[in-house]
This record gives sequence, structure tokens and C-alpha cells, in this order.
Amino acid sequence: MAPEAYDTIYSIATGMGRAAVAIVRVSGPSCQTILKKICPTVFFLDRRATFARIGELSGELIDLGIVIFFYGPRSFTGEDVIEFHVTGSRAVLTALLKTLSLFPATRPADAGEFARRSFANGKRDLAEIEGLASVVEADTIVQLRHAQRSASGELSRECEGIREKLVGCMALLESLLDFSDIEDPEARSVIDVMTAISEMRERIRALLLGSSHSERLRDGLVIVIAGPPNAGKSSLINYLTKREVSIVSSNPGTTRDLIEVLVDIAGFPIVLVDTAGIRESSDPVEAEGIVRARKRSDSADLTLWLTSCMDVDSVDQTQKCTVLKIKTKCDLAPDVHFSDEYIKVSTITGVGISTLVERIAGIAHSRLGGAANSLITTQRQRAAILEANDALARFMGDPAAPIEVMAEELRFAARCMSRVVGRIDVEEVLTGVFSRLCVGK
Amino acid sequence: MYFPGFASVNRYVSRETLHMHRYDVLVVGGGHAGVEAAAAAARMGARTALMTLRRSCIGAMSCNPAIGGLGKGHLVREIDALDGIMGRAADAAAIQFRTLNRSKGPAVQGPRIQADRDLYKKAVAQLLASTPNLSIVEDECENICAQNGKLTGLVGQSGRQVLSSAIVLATGTFLNGVVCVGGKKIAGGRIGENAVTKLAQQFTALGFETGRLKTGTPPRLSGASIKFDALEAQWGDDSPQFLSFLSDRPQARQVPCYLTRTNPTTHRIIENNLDKAAVYSGAILGAGPRYCPSIEDKVVRFRERGSHQVFLEPEGLGLETIYPNGLSTSLPAGLQESFLRSISGLENAQILQCGYAIEYDFINPTQLRPTLMTHKLEGLFLAGQINGTTGYEEAAAQGVVAGINAALYASGRSGRIFDRADCYLGVVIDDLVTKGVSEPYRVFTSRAEYRLRLRADNADERLTELGSDLGVVSGHREKIYRAKVDAITSAREMLCSNAVSANELLSAGIKVIDSTGSKRSAFEWAARSAVGFSELAQLWPAIGGIEKAVLERLDADAKYSVYLARQDSDVKRHKMDESLLIPHDLDFHSIGGLSNEMKEKFSRQRPATLGQAGRMEGVTPAALMLLAVRAKRDIAGNLTAEPRIKRRFT
Repeated sequence: MAPEAYDTIYSIATGMGRAAVAIVRVSGPSCQTILKKICPTVFFLDRRATFARIGELSGELIDLGIVIFFYGPRSFTGEDVIEFHVTGSRAVLTALLKTLSLFPATRPADAGEFARRSFANGKRDLAEIEGLASVVEADTIVQLRHAQRSASGELSRECEGIREKLVGCMALLESLLDFSDIEDPEARSVIDVMTAISEMRERIRALLLGSSHSERLRDGLVIVIAGPPNAGKSSLINYLTKREVSIVSSNPGTTRDLIEVLVDIAGFPIVLVDTAGIRESSDPVEAEGIVRARKRSDSADLTLWLTSCMDVDSVDQTQKCTVLKIKTKCDLAPDVHFSDEYIKVSTITGVGISTLVERIAGIAHSRLGGAANSLITTQRQRAAILEANDALARFMGDPAAPIEVMAEELRFAARCMSRVVGRIDVEEVLTGVFSRLCVGK
Repeated sequence: MYFPGFASVNRYVSRETLHMHRYDVLVVGGGHAGVEAAAAAARMGARTALMTLRRSCIGAMSCNPAIGGLGKGHLVREIDALDGIMGRAADAAAIQFRTLNRSKGPAVQGPRIQADRDLYKKAVAQLLASTPNLSIVEDECENICAQNGKLTGLVGQSGRQVLSSAIVLATGTFLNGVVCVGGKKIAGGRIGENAVTKLAQQFTALGFETGRLKTGTPPRLSGASIKFDALEAQWGDDSPQFLSFLSDRPQARQVPCYLTRTNPTTHRIIENNLDKAAVYSGAILGAGPRYCPSIEDKVVRFRERGSHQVFLEPEGLGLETIYPNGLSTSLPAGLQESFLRSISGLENAQILQCGYAIEYDFINPTQLRPTLMTHKLEGLFLAGQINGTTGYEEAAAQGVVAGINAALYASGRSGRIFDRADCYLGVVIDDLVTKGVSEPYRVFTSRAEYRLRLRADNADERLTELGSDLGVVSGHREKIYRAKVDAITSAREMLCSNAVSANELLSAGIKVIDSTGSKRSAFEWAARSAVGFSELAQLWPAIGGIEKAVLERLDADAKYSVYLARQDSDVKRHKMDESLLIPHDLDFHSIGGLSNEMKEKFSRQRPATLGQAGRMEGVTPAALMLLAVRAKRDIAGNLTAEPRIKRRFT
């Protein structure tokens, strides 16, 4: 951390657009001085919302608003913090930020800097910060609930509980190693340790359950809409998103590129990917789009293969993932029957859409539901817990191993659990974690 | 030079003792720490004096007539690797060799010996006598003298003035020592020896933070009064493991020790009289060790156990005095006799010396740098039980380090910090100066994070060369060490060459499971499977030509190699933090952004490296980062500044 790390930082917490109220947050050693100069003659009580006149150094009025002062360490960052609740107009915000910048050793905050300070001052651990980042990024309710559990420290508590138990087991083993000269060691100790470790493995297994999809929950389930040209892919997406995101026209090949849109289906984040009409094309740009479409299809979680009721089926056999076959434009052929593997839809009459959405929601739930229940929110956390799991597996796998070696495995597992909350290996992780957070957080 | 107290003693001393003595290093205290410190400083070429109350008590064992054990054995080997006294004296006086945890891995084995007390004292005296640059002075240190925050010397009780810029205080349990048995309290450093009070007062006057600790010792029994025939004899190991790398055979006659146990009657007697034990009667205030519990503690804490083991250890070849290991107590004499006589074999036991507890002052070791020099007074080093440790080995370990650093200081060189990733010496000292003590500190293998690399058998590989560079290892030992290291290196080379596949092993009748089909060297096979080198000799006949000790060493290396590799990145990171030095005179209060609490903590404890700062209790990541930035900046600043002649001491 650079020496500038002990500057006082400030930033707009609520985003730059015009709004009724905006919050400007300041954190650092100069807060009290700033407050005295910007809001002179106002008496502030710790953490008491106070209506105040906020002015420039010259005395000119910037705004009248609510100001809250938090005495460190009882604040978000652990330092002194000021929150200015002002009118969310560009003019007011610019004036306030300019005034703040005039104080010595103050500067705008970097992305995630408030959170970084909160971590550095021991107010939050890494798992909580990552949860916080996830809360900020949450687009759907399922994502939010998931993130909140981590932000509230639930993951940290569980990891800490496991770590403590591991340390307790280590102590039992050490009694066999270091105290065999004082009292006859009891063979019972090893059995107790084995039982306790089995329990720990169960708890870790529960933590890991579904967690492989936690990143998916953050990024969204990818559904690729594919099919021959003019099958009605863009129409379907438009209907689903109630937005015009791609040009719908009867000319085949009008969608030249991938178009992605994030939608919320039953609380799950879904990314819909519209693909160019798949056909042989001599147009190089179009051909490139088609290659990309195929690639996206391969890595998608689900593919919707659309064919018009009027056309002959032509399934592309290179699909690897789950496919839902859909017959579009069924309003044009109301009497034609297709086998049950097809879902019949029409974007004109709306027939079949709700069935389709239900099917998609069901798939999303089965893929992501587990992740939503998992406390783990990031790959980093998952990797650390997996390593701990491996160490414990090695521990259980070789009961004849020398005790000091077994003790090492436990020590290693305990350290892995510490890493989840960031008690060690901090620096290398911080950059990754804090870069996810935006300025003002 | 101003000597406080000199004017007052002027009156009663003769002209002879008015003679001023000058030494490079002065060691106060002839216990295990003092002996090692004096010998180490002398070996490094410093003119050294060892000041003790009674010359005849040098090398005395206050408690258990045994050296080594779990964790402790590691320390003795390390002291020996630095050419210290304890290992050689122990082997010379050993009447039984027994390695603890022999059935467990080499990283946790504890070589241990039982000694004849007199032989031990004699061996220590002999080794000291043969150390050049060393004089022994009988006197009590009454007053330490200093000027401008630097040590200048001391004044003895006799009036003798000694000038020295480096003093090692190793006064053990003598500072305001109070011996307590039953209800009786007598001032004393050991039973029958006076306590030291003037010096204790001076520590307080100088502003040192002190505390009170207690420790206990069992009664000593008359061998003639014990019925040994009824008891199980326990002989030492057939192939003894020596405490010194220079020993190759036992020197004294070997004797067995005897096993017996306490029983419910014993426990009843003790329980009914707990109020009379100094520990429970509240007469003793200091905190006692959790893991060297008195029999009273054991009976109360482990109520469910009907009996506890007692080892009857001979204190000498003559078997006149027996030390009952496991029966530390501070009950009154009469009760000691009662509960002893309830134990099988001890029905007619006669007590030669009652068990007693001793309470004493110790100096809070967080007031020391990792070199064992005090923060407050430059040139003053503290080593041994005075720092809150318990055990001869822990004391001796500190003694060696203090002696080395005192000699370095006296010659104007910078001090040497022993890293906890390299040796148990480092673990003990780092624990003491970084975390302090709340009860008597005893070493355990579990205290070392890198236990698998700190084995008792590889102490010489870890420390002897370092010792040579410092100048504390004699030429004789260096030669022996070189020869051994060469043998190990060439053997290792051989074992790591010539790779064979699993199939070839199987066809030689050696059972290994390996599906990868890759070819591996003998070393790798030993590391990855349960196969030992002796079995592999079929395919690597040269193994037969390797000396047994060397083979054992490499076997241990192989066994742990996979785990050691995993620890490598941890060790690297640790060393990086240890290499960032924090200047001793850094003004922590001037570091912007540090909370007042952190400023106080750092100012009081003065961590010497960033690593040490990180191990302190309650230090936040923010505080560490600030400290790191500032320390780096200061170091960079110093490098670009004009070079100046300055005595820098870390």
C-alpha cells in the first residue's frame, strides 16, 4: 500500500446520474477538519443525522442536507467517516467534490478503496468483502440472497468453526507427540480425532455442494438461441425481453453478430444469446458470425433450437449440451402436430411461451439452485476449501501414516480455511477482490 | 566513569579488590544458560568472565537429573551443533540413554539421557576449563552500571568493579526467589542457596517490567530404602542416540530406572490435604507450568485416572539418591512421606530432600530484541529462566544465543537473529520476545510451524556451518562436520541418480504400487512409498557401502520430502518478511495513519523484522502495511545517505 494510503478519500456513493438525493462519502484522518470547515458552527453527535448547511471554504452555499459523522472505528472503514446526503444534481456534486479536493491530503477514492480500508482495519474479512461485491453486483433476487449470506459473514463463521475444530484435533494429536513422557498417551485420542475429522469432511462437503455453479450464479446461465435463418430467433428474444435488441426482418442473415441480453427468469440470471442464422455463407462477416455462434453453442448451458413450423427439421448434430427443440410460428400452422419433444410457440399469439419459460426456469433451478444454497460465492473461496478437503482426504486415507505427518495435513487444512477469510495470502488476493468493486464502495 | 554504589563500598574493601577488571563479555550466573553464554563468547575470542555465587554449583541440575527429551532433545542437538557445552557434558555423564517417541517419525523423536549429577558437574567444569579466554569469578552482582543508555560494567558484592560493555544476566530462579514447602517460606534461589535481591531491585528501578512464576520439584529419596526387586526395571536403548554429534560411545556405566505407579490411596492422601500444598493454599502467587504439573495438580485434574506413572530415576551411579519423576509437590514434609509410602516399592522410603516449590521474578521477555539484548539498555543481555522459561535446555539455548550476540556486540559487529524456520533456538526466542509468557515456557515440537524440517538429527546441517561463519565453532568440530556433510552429499547424489521403473522393482521382489510407469531414483522411491533404502540395496548395491548414520539421515529426508516441498512457498514468504528489518530506533509514533494502540504496542515491543511484527498479538493488516512502507523507506534512505562510522546493532 502506498504512503498515499493514509490520505482522506472521498467519492460519490450513489452513482453519477441526476437524482433526488446523492450520498458523498469521505473517510480518513482529515474528516473532522473537513467537517469543521464545510459545516462550521454545526454541532455533530456521533452517528446522528444532522441537518446542516454545507458550504464552500469561502462560505458560499453548496447545499442544505443531512450530514452524518461516524467516529472511527465504528464506521464502515474503521476510520472517521462523513456521509453527506445532498441533492443529486450534477452542480451540487461537482461543487462538493471540488471543495473536498481543496483540503490537503485528500483525493478521490479508487475503485473499492473504502472496502479495502474496511478490510485493512479489520472490520471485515475477505469472504465478507467478496459477499459485499456480490451484493453490489446482484441483479436478481436469488443472486442477492446468495450474496447476502456471504456478506453477512455466514461463510466466515462456518469456515472459522471448521478451522477451530481442526485446531482442536491437532491438539489431540500433539498430545500424543509432545506429552508421551508425562502421561501414558491414550490410543483413544487417535480414534477421537478420526471421528472429528469425518465430521469436518461432511461439513466441508456441504459447503462445496453446488458451489461449482456459484460463478454461474453470478454470471448467469447461458442460453443460446440457435436455428436456421429466419426461424424466428430474434422475434423470440424480443418477445422474451420486451425489447428490440436485434433487427427483425424477413431477409435472412440480418443478425450479423452475437447479441446477448441478461434476463431474470424466476429470480435466476439468464443470458440469452441470439445467433446469426446458421447457413453456408459466402459473406466473410456473416461467416465469422456463424463460427462464433457455433462456439457459443458449445459452451452454453442450454440451447434452444428453433425451427419454423413450416420448415423441414434440420438439427445440427454438433450440439453438445442440453437442447430444447422449439417449433416457432405455430400460428401459421395450427393443425400440424409435432412429437412431444418439441415445444410449440408463437410470438404473435403468445401460445407456448409460458410453457417455454417454465421449462427454462426448471432447468435454471436444477443447475443453479444448489449454488444458491451454497455459502461460497467465488472461485477463490472454493479453491481454498477444495484444498482443505484434499488434505483431509489424505489424512483419512492413510491411517498408518506417521502422526507428525498427519498433524501436518491438519495444519495445512486449517491454513486453507484461514485463507477463505483472508487471514493469510492477503496481498495477492486483494487486487482481484477489490477490483470487482466500483468506486464509492 | 560513574559507578553508583562505589563510594559506599569504598570503606570496607582492601586495596587488592579495588583493582578494576576489564572484560569483553561478562556473564552473571553459572547455571545452564550462563555456562553456555560464557563458553560461546569465549569460543568467539571475547575475553569472558563467568560470575557466580558459588563456583562449586556451576553445572548443577536443580530438578530432574536428565537432559533432552521431546523438543528439548532438539535444542540440545542445536546447542551442540554450535559447539556448545550441554550435549558433550550430557553424554559424558549419561548413565542411561533413552530416546522418547522412538516408534514415531524422526521429526518428533526426543533423544534423552539420565545423568549422574556429579559426573555432569565435573564434565561441565572440565569443558569450561579447557575453553580459552574464560575466567571464573566468585561474587554476587550487586549493581549494574550504565551511562547514556549503554552498559559500562558492574559492581560485585565484594566491591569488585568489572568493566564490560556486554553483560549477560542468567540468574535463573534466583531473583527474589522464595522457596516454599508446605506453609514455610524461605528466601532462596534453590534449596540451601541464597536468593538475589539487590539486582532484582535494580531491575525495577531501571523500569523493567517483571512478573512472578513458580516451579516445583519432587522429593529426593534414599535409594537404599526402596524395594527395587518388586518393581519393573527399564533399561536404556540398545543403540543409544547421543546428544552430541561428537560422541560415539557411552562413557559412564549404564543403569536402569524403575517404574511404579501411584494408587487410589496415594490420591486420597493428597486430595485430603490439598489445602496444605503451597499451590492450593494461595501462598504461592506465581503462575505454574501447565505441563509439568505437580502430583497435586495431576490428582485433581485427572480425577478419573486411578493411578499415575512414576519413574524412579537414579541421580548417580551409586544409586544413593533417587529422583521420582512425576511426583513434583509442595506438600509439607510429613505428608510427602505419607503419600510416598503408599506407593508400591516405596513403603519404607526415606526422604533425603523434601519436594518444594519455588517462586521467582522473571523479566517480561517482550522487552528483549530477538538477539536477547534488552531494548532499554544496550549491551545488557538476558538469558535463561530469568526470561520466563522452564527447563535446562531452554535456558542453555538462550545462553548460546546471548553469548554469541554479546561477543558480536562487544566487537562492534551486528547481532545475529536465529530464524524460527531454521531452528528450535529461533522458535523459543521468537515466542518469548514476540508473544511474552504467562506461564513458564517449555519447548514442544508443536511450537514449530516447520517441524518437519527441524529434526534433531539434522541440527548440524542446519547450524554448524552458520556457527563456523560466526566464529563460535571450533576447528575440530568443523573438520568432523565437513567430513560428515561430504559423506551425506555424495551418498545423496548416488541415491538420486540411476532411475528405475516400478516394474524393475517388482521383478527384484520389492513391492511397490505405481501406475504412472515413470522411472524414479532410489531417493524418490523411498520418498513416495513405504520402501526403505535397505530393501532398495538390491538394485542399488552401493547403498550397502553407506554408513548407517548417513543412511538414516537420508531416510528421514526422503520420508518427509513431499511435505517439505509443500512447505517451501510458506518458508519463502516467511523469510521474505524476516528479511525486512525494522530499525531499532524507528519512531513508531511518527508513522502517519497508525492507531494509537498500534503505536503503543510497537513502541513497547520494538519488533526487529516485519515478520516479527506480524506475529505480535492483535496487529491489523493495515498496521503491518504501514510499517512495511515506512521501514522500506527508512532503509532506502539510509543507503543513500553518507556512510558514517556507526555501531549498528539489530
